[in-house]
Order: sequence, then C-alpha cells, then structure tokens
Amino acid sequence: MTPPLIAFEDVGKRFTLHLRGGTMLPVIAGASLAVAAGECVVLGGASGTGKSSLLKMAYGNYRCEHGAIRIWDGARTVDVATAEPRAILALRRHVVAYVSQFLRVIPRVGARAIVEAAGIEGGLDADVARARAAALLARLDLPERLWDLPPATFSGGEQQRVNIARGLIADRPLVLMDEPTASLDARNRDVVIALIREKRAAGAGILGIFHDADVREAVATRIVDVADFRAPIAA
Amino acid sequence: MTAPLLTVSGLTKRYGARTACDGVGFTLEAGEVLAVVGESGSGKSTLLGLVAGEVAADAGSVAYRMRDGASRDLATLSAAERRALMRTDWGFVRQDASQGLRMAVSAGGNVGERLMGVGERHYGRIRATALDWLGRVEIAADRIDDPPTRFSGGMRQRLQIARNLVTSPRLVLMDEPTSGLDVSVQARLLDMVRGLVAELGLAVIIVTHDLAVARLLSHRVLVMRHGRVIETGLTDQVLDDPQAAYTQLLVSSVLAA
Repeated sequence: MTPPLIAFEDVGKRFTLHLRGGTMLPVIAGASLAVAAGECVVLGGASGTGKSSLLKMAYGNYRCEHGAIRIWDGARTVDVATAEPRAILALRRHVVAYVSQFLRVIPRVGARAIVEAAGIEGGLDADVARARAAALLARLDLPERLWDLPPATFSGGEQQRVNIARGLIADRPLVLMDEPTASLDARNRDVVIALIREKRAAGAGILGIFHDADVREAVATRIVDVADFRAPIAA
Repeated sequence: MTAPLLTVSGLTKRYGARTACDGVGFTLEAGEVLAVVGESGSGKSTLLGLVAGEVAADAGSVAYRMRDGASRDLATLSAAERRALMRTDWGFVRQDASQGLRMAVSAGGNVGERLMGVGERHYGRIRATALDWLGRVEIAADRIDDPPTRFSGGMRQRLQIARNLVTSPRLVLMDEPTSGLDVSVQARLLDMVRGLVAELGLAVIIVTHDLAVARLLSHRVLVMRHGRVIETGLTDQVLDDPQAAYTQLLVSSVLAA
C-alpha cells in the first residue's frame, strides 16, 4: 500500500515578529490531514484561519515550525519540515505543483514561455511542453495574440490563467491550489473544474482553497475545516 | 558519492580587530544558484574574494571538484594551476565592468582573449565564436571592433558575461552585476543571466543587496551581517518567512512596486 501523497501530522506554526518586540502570531496548531491519489481535499474555514499558510508550508515557502509534512515522491516520503533545500527543490520539480493566487511576473518573458518552462522543469520534453502549453492556454481561452507577451500588463484573470496553465502543465502528482478561480469568469471557472477532474482521474491528488461555493461543490471529494486546527500551541 | 562542485568551510578573514568574514561555509552543486545578500559592509564581497582566492583567508578552505572529478583544496594548487582554473572553468563578473574587462581592447578581443587563454589560436574561429557570443548577449555585430569604453553600462556588463562564459565555465561568481544600472537595463541583464544559467547548467554565487535579484535568480540564499551568516535556506522561504530579526528587517524594508 502506498502512503498518502501528502500527510500533515500535528502541524503548527507561529510567526515571531522581531520588529514588533517579538510578538508571537499563532497561525495554526494541531493540523493533521492527508490527501490520497485521486482525491481533491478542500480546505474550508473563514479567511485568516491559516489555509494559505498550510499550502505554503507544504510547498516550503513557509517554514513548518512544529510537526511533520510528509510528501510521497513515488519511492519514499520526504518530510518538508526538516528536508534540505535541495530535497524541497527536487519535490517541486517532480512531485508538487503550486498554483498561487498571483502570478509573479518576470520582465521580458512571454506567457507561453513561462508555461513551457514550467513543463520542461517538470520533466517534459521541449516539444511536448510546447504543445501542452499551447493546448492549455487555448483551453483557458487566453487570446493567442497575448501568448508571446510578458503577462505584466495582463488583467488579473489573464494572469491567473497563465498561472493555472503553469501549475498544471507537467504531470506532478500533487497539486496545491490557492484560490485558482478567484478572478475568473464562469466559463473559465468551468474549464478549471474540468482540468481538476482530469488531474484526479489521472491519479493526482489536489489540496486546495476555493472560496467560490459552486467550484468547491464541483471539485471537492472532501472538505476539511481548518478552524478545527486552532488549538493553542503547548509551550 | 561524488563531492559537491564547491565546498567552502570556515572561511574567515580579519582586518585588524574587524572580522569581515567569520567562519562561513556552504556547498554548491552543478546548476545551483546561491545568492549572498546583506547590506554594505556585511562581508558578502569579501566572501566572494575569499572563494576566488583573491583575498587571502586567515582560516578555512575552498575545495573544488575539478573536471577530472577529483576534489582539490584550492590552497594546494600551484599559481599556474590556479590561473588556468580561473580563466577556463570559473568566471568572475565584477560590479565594476572596467575591472572585469580590458577597456582598451575591442569587444571581440575581450571575448577572444579568454578563448586564446584556453589554447585557441585560429583567428577566424576566435572571431566567429566572439561574434556568436556578442549575439547571445544582444550586442550588435557591428560593435565587435569597438572598445568597451564606447559602451553603455548595461552593454559593458553584457560583454563581461560573454567574456566569462565563452570558455564554458562550470562556476561563475557575480559581484553585484546589476547595481548602478537603470532598472530597464537591469531587467534585460537579469533575464539574460537567468536564461544562460538555466541553459548552460551553471553554478553561480551571486552577491547582491537586491532581494528581488536573489528571488529571481537563486535557489538558495545566505543572509550575511557583520561577516556572519545569520540565516540560510531556500530563497523563497527565507524571503517569505524570514526567521532572524535582521532578515525580517531587510525583507520589510523593500518597497513593493
């Protein structure tokens, strides 16, 4: 039996604000949940309850202060909380995709090139990456005249679609999604819903935040309420 | 198991009572980009000088995996071996282009000189390769016979990059390569460096005070202050979730555009 794609075990985090006299800002405590292949687990709960922080800890953007976050890379589990930077970078290349809320744009790099590069980094051959990037951007209804332009001047929704294409192009088995449909119209929301279902059918696991109730209904196989993970951290 | 490409341990340099670099260590593998960030006087440029062997260390060592696979302590190399290493397998892009280029020699000559240093003697091939590299760093072919004194700051930095990369080095040191340039020029240079690093699989140590440069180019970051490494890790983790008080100050002091 293979382990879950990702398992949070008693995860806790506080921010220590040194510039504010060492103020401790508790974010989350006692978070335990797992995502298996084929599941789409949605993190529920009001904003400010630490949902995005959980995703960032899983991707390694935030340090996991307490507990373990075990990710199955196909051969072994890697605990992101204690892994070396190189091990986390290897997970990002081959195992974990992250669709953030906002695209971090790079000057002079066009939309299609951004998506292709993410595919090549994820192990696709250049021609496969090129074909998939075009197919995804077309499916996400990004006008072809924009493909070779840097997304800095795109609308929020257009940038978000580039971001989704970038996150989904390679065959990474675990996809973390932070509000991927926030600035999309109904038609593009439906495309994202379909893409998520296809990823699941292909055996990927998804852990995401979707505030839109319709999208959540459409994609979630299970909802975990993050408000349950607010126990005070024992000293 | 093979040794890392570069193994730096315990590097220390004192200037009188002041310790410019205090027991700094890290490893670097092929294809990895390490950013060294900190304010002026933090010791980051001293660290680069120590790694390159241009500043004599009071303590510590730098070991490099040579092309034959053997890891050598650079202190044990002869002067000739060290020079050969620096002009073939290593590059050093300086903050001040006039220190990294020969200002009285043509652009083509600046690139060609490094090629001649590795034994190339055929004029036609040297010129063709120089032309190819000028194109890759977006310098027009008709500028090949101009000396860098007639180039803008951004062009000089691009020429420095061509000069350093023409011998296919495996490790490139960069000291504030974009400071002093206009932002649009910076963006062009950074994008070029980003592309070349990925394409050539270079290992890079880049010293910068600009956290956006570190985020764009590097996998890992060392934060230095008063000669010491006060925080190190995955670049986006250090920048998004800084742990040390000083790193929090650095990150929170940047104006978001």
